[in-house]
Amino acid sequence: MKISDLVKELEAEVKCCGDSLDREVNWCYCSDLLSDVMANAAKDSVWVTLQTHPNIVAVASLLGLSAVLIIRGATPDPETIEKAIQENIPILTTKLPTFETAGRIFNLLAKKV
Amino acid sequence: MNEDKSNKDIKLEYPIKGMDFLAAGEASSNIKHTLQLIGFSPAIIRKVAIAAYEAEMNIVIHGSQGVLKTLINPAKIELVAEDTGPGIPDIELAMQEGYSTAPDNIREMGFGAGMGLPNIKNCADEFTLDSIVNKGTTLKVIIYNQ
Repeated sequence: MKISDLVKELEAEVKCCGDSLDREVNWCYCSDLLSDVMANAAKDSVWVTLQTHPNIVAVASLLGLSAVLIIRGATPDPETIEKAIQENIPILTTKLPTFETAGRIFNLLAKKV
Repeated sequence: MNEDKSNKDIKLEYPIKGMDFLAAGEASSNIKHTLQLIGFSPAIIRKVAIAAYEAEMNIVIHGSQGVLKTLINPAKIELVAEDTGPGIPDIELAMQEGYSTAPDNIREMGFGAGMGLPNIKNCADEFTLDSIVNKGTTLKVIIYNQ
């Protein structure tokens, strides 16, 4: 599926990199620990987290993640958006908490298999 | 950053500032882009990126300042992270997954999960960690291109 499918399903807000929403999303990883994400998130995944600081962009960029999805209505720091634009990592936000977010993404991905 | 192409090896060197969370990750990002330009496989690049990022973050979180050196040649990639931080009194304990001395405000950012050193070791073909309390720590990692 594409990031744009995700945006529609989660009623997500696109905070930056709106031109890159046709990027493929093959899987998803949910975690708020950066080292856990570094060790376990697969390339081309969307990362679901409540972290909002700029270092989430470094992690996403190093792993080749498709996008970062910030949950529960949290707002990314302005520095996070600046970095994300530089690295071309779309940052999305949703009002949903992790469980509902992950559930909807799982169903979307399952449909595509 | 210094780049020396006088022989087949490429040497990269990045100074890392402690507690600079805004610049944190830039050295690792540069190393990754260099490896991509050279054409290393995605699997090798992932291992180096993870090891470099965790080593860089360890300096940011624990070291007052340090340097991340990278030596790249067709056979292997070598990372050396040196810092002038507090040092590690018990390396065996520091290597245990879940053990961390990071303060609460840093843990709230999702760092300090006690996974950094184990992550580096998992990615490394060779791993050495030397530390002197109140002097600093030197981490050396080799990842073979195979």
